[in-house]
Amino acid sequence: MTYDHQEEGERLMSAHAHVKPAPVSVPFWTPGTMVLAAFMLAGGVFVLGRFIGGIGAVANLDQSHPWGLWIAIDVATGVALAAGGFTTGALAHIFGGHKYEPVVRPALLTAMLGYTLVPMALLIDIGRSWAIWHPMIYWQGNSVLFEVAMCVMIYTHVLYIEFLPVVVERFKGKVNLPGPLAALNGPVDGLLHIADGVLGKVMWVFVIGAVVLSCMHQSGLGSLMLIAPTKVHPLWYTPILPLLFLTSAIAVGFPMVIFENGLASSSLPLEDEQDLLASLSRYTIFLLGLYMALKLGDMLVRGTYVYLFDGTAQSNAFLVEVFLGVVLPWLLLLAPAVRRSRRGLFIAASLVIGGVVLNRINVFLTAYQAPYAETSYFPSVGEMAITAGFIALLMFLYRFLVVWLPVLQPKTEEVSS
Amino acid sequence: MRMDRRNFLKLAGTAAATALTETPARASETSDAPGDPYGCLVDLTVCVGCRKCELACNQVNELPEPREPFDDKLVLDRKRRPTPEAFTVVNRYYTGKLDERNRLVPTYVKVQCMHCQDPGCASACIVGALTKEDNGAVHYDVSKCIGCRYCMVACPFQIPKYEYHDPLTPRVRKCTFCFERIGKEGGKPGCASICPVEAIAFGKRGQLLELARRRIQEDPGRYVDRIYGEKEVGGTSWLYLSGEPFEALGFQDLPHRPIPRLTETIQHGLFAYMWAPVTLFGILGGAMWYNSRDKAGQGSPEKEDKES
Repeated sequence: MTYDHQEEGERLMSAHAHVKPAPVSVPFWTPGTMVLAAFMLAGGVFVLGRFIGGIGAVANLDQSHPWGLWIAIDVATGVALAAGGFTTGALAHIFGGHKYEPVVRPALLTAMLGYTLVPMALLIDIGRSWAIWHPMIYWQGNSVLFEVAMCVMIYTHVLYIEFLPVVVERFKGKVNLPGPLAALNGPVDGLLHIADGVLGKVMWVFVIGAVVLSCMHQSGLGSLMLIAPTKVHPLWYTPILPLLFLTSAIAVGFPMVIFENGLASSSLPLEDEQDLLASLSRYTIFLLGLYMALKLGDMLVRGTYVYLFDGTAQSNAFLVEVFLGVVLPWLLLLAPAVRRSRRGLFIAASLVIGGVVLNRINVFLTAYQAPYAETSYFPSVGEMAITAGFIALLMFLYRFLVVWLPVLQPKTEEVSS
Repeated sequence: MRMDRRNFLKLAGTAAATALTETPARASETSDAPGDPYGCLVDLTVCVGCRKCELACNQVNELPEPREPFDDKLVLDRKRRPTPEAFTVVNRYYTGKLDERNRLVPTYVKVQCMHCQDPGCASACIVGALTKEDNGAVHYDVSKCIGCRYCMVACPFQIPKYEYHDPLTPRVRKCTFCFERIGKEGGKPGCASICPVEAIAFGKRGQLLELARRRIQEDPGRYVDRIYGEKEVGGTSWLYLSGEPFEALGFQDLPHRPIPRLTETIQHGLFAYMWAPVTLFGILGGAMWYNSRDKAGQGSPEKEDKES
C-alpha cells in the first residue's frame, strides 16, 4: 500500500512533464492591474476606517443583523468558489483523470489565494481581530463555527503544501538571491532539493486530506445557519443544508475552472484548452444534477413549495437561485452544442457560479429574519468596497503569481507533444 | 467515469446518512442543562411599568447613564429592545383589555436574556466564551471572545448585543443574571431585589414552576394557562405568567426543541471518533490506489473520453 502510494506520489510530481506549465511572459503592470490596484486602495481606505471607528463606522451591521456581506461573500462564497482546488485535485489525482492535469495548477492557485483571503476578511469582520487565534486553544466541540475554522485553517496550509512543488520547480537549481543574501543560495537550493524529494513521497496524504477537509468544512458552512431554526426562512432551513452546501460546492468546482480559464485566456496568451474544458463540463451535468435533485427533492419532501409564489423577497430570491442558477445551466450543459461552444460553456459555467453565489447570499442574508428587526439589512458602500477590494486583491495576486511561477500553459511557437 | 460516479455517490451517501442520523436519544446526551438552576418568575399581571428594574440593572452593572431618566414614562411610547448599554427594558402593550371605566389597560413586559437551559449562543460560541453555569446564568467571558457574533445569529430571543463602535475591544453585552450577586448567600438579581410590587420572584427554577402553577390554579381567571419559558426552546431560567395571550405581548411562539439540537446532533454524529473523515480518507485512498494500479503496466496516461 505504502509502496503504491509512493509510486503514485512520484507519478503525480512528474505528471506535468508532458504538459509544461510555465510562467506567462507578459508585463505585470497593465491598465487592468492598475484598475485592480485602485479597487484595493479604495477597500484599504475603508479597512482603515473600520480599525479607527469600529465595524459600525463602515458597515450596516446592527443589533438585529450580526452577519452581513463580509460573511456571506468573502467567507462563505469565497470558500465555496475555491472548491475548484479540491475537485480538480480529486479528479486528476484520485479518480485517475490525468488528462485534466493542466487545469489542476490554476485551480489550486485560485483555491490557495481564496483561502488566504478568508482569514484576512475575518480579521476585519470579527470585533477582536487580535484574538483570532483563540479557537486554537479554547476548543468548543459543539460549535459548528469551531469545526469550520479548524478545517479552513488546516486546509489552507494543505493548499500551501500542495502548491509548494510549483515553487520548487521554478527555483530548484536556479536560486539567485540578491545582494548579501547570495551566501544563502546554496543552503536554500539544498532545501528545495530535499523538499522536492520529500513532497513526491508524501503528497498523496495531502491530496486526499484536501478532499476530506474540504468535505468537512464545505458541509460545515451549511450547518452554520441551522443554529437559527426560528430565524432562517423554511425555503432554506433544512436538515440537509450541510449536504446541499457540500454538493453545490463540488458542483461549482469545474464551472469555476471553466470561468477562470475564460477570464485568464482573455488577457493572457494561453494554450487553448477548450476541448479539455468541454470534457470537464460533462462531470458537471452529473454533479449539478445531483445537487438539483437534492435541492428540489428536499423542497418536495418538506412541502416548502407552498412558499414559492408568496411574492416575498425570499420566495423570489429562491426562484431566481434555483431556476437561473441551477436548472437553466443544467439544461444548457445537457446540449453538446453548448458544451462545444466557447461562449456557451462560459455562460453556462457563469450561471452555475451565480447560482452558488446567490445561494450563499440567500442562506446567510436573505433567509435570515430577525424577529425584532426594525430595519432590513443592505450592505453599505464600505462593506461593498472592502469586498470588492478583496476580489481585486485575489485577481491581482493571481496575475502576479502566473507571470512569476509555472502555473498556466502559455502559448508556444515550437509545438511539442 | 463509472468509478468517479460510484465514489462521488458513496461520498454523498455517507454525508447524507450522517446528516440524517438525528436520533433524540443521542441528542439528549449533549444537553448540558443544569439540574437545579436558579430562575426568575415574572408575573406580568403584577408589573406596573415603573422601570425601577431598569434602574437597578443600570447601577448593578455600572452601565452608562441613559439619555432619558429612568422615571421618564414617555419612553414606553415605543417598543424598545435591550441595547449594549441597557440589559433590560420594559415595554408597554395595549391588548384591548378594558377596565371598569372602559379605559385601555396596559400590560408591561420586562425583556432581558432568558438564560435558556440549552442556550443556542453557548452551543454556537466558537471559543466557549458563553457557558451555561450550574446556577442558571448564561455567562459571558470576554477574555475568550473573538467577536464573531455567531451568538447573535443563534439566539432565538435576539438578546446578545454588540459594541459595534469599538474598533479593537468590542464586547457582547447582555443580562448577566447578576452572576456575582446570585452566587452569594441570599443574593438576588438587581431587578428582582428592587421591584416594588414583587413582580419578579427569584428562586430555584423547579420551585418557581410550582409557584406559577399554583397561582394559575388558585386564580384561573387572572392568568392564561401557560408558563412562558417552561418548555420554549427546551426551557429557560426566566419564566413569565400573563393575563393576556403571550403572542399579543411581543413573545414569540417558539418550538419546544432546544435550539442547538440539530447542529449538535450533526456535529457529534459526524465527528464522534472522527469516524466520518477517517472513513472518507480510506475510501479516497482506496480509489487512488485502484486508479494508479489500473495503469501501472501501460504507459498511456489516460483513456480518451470522447466528447458526446
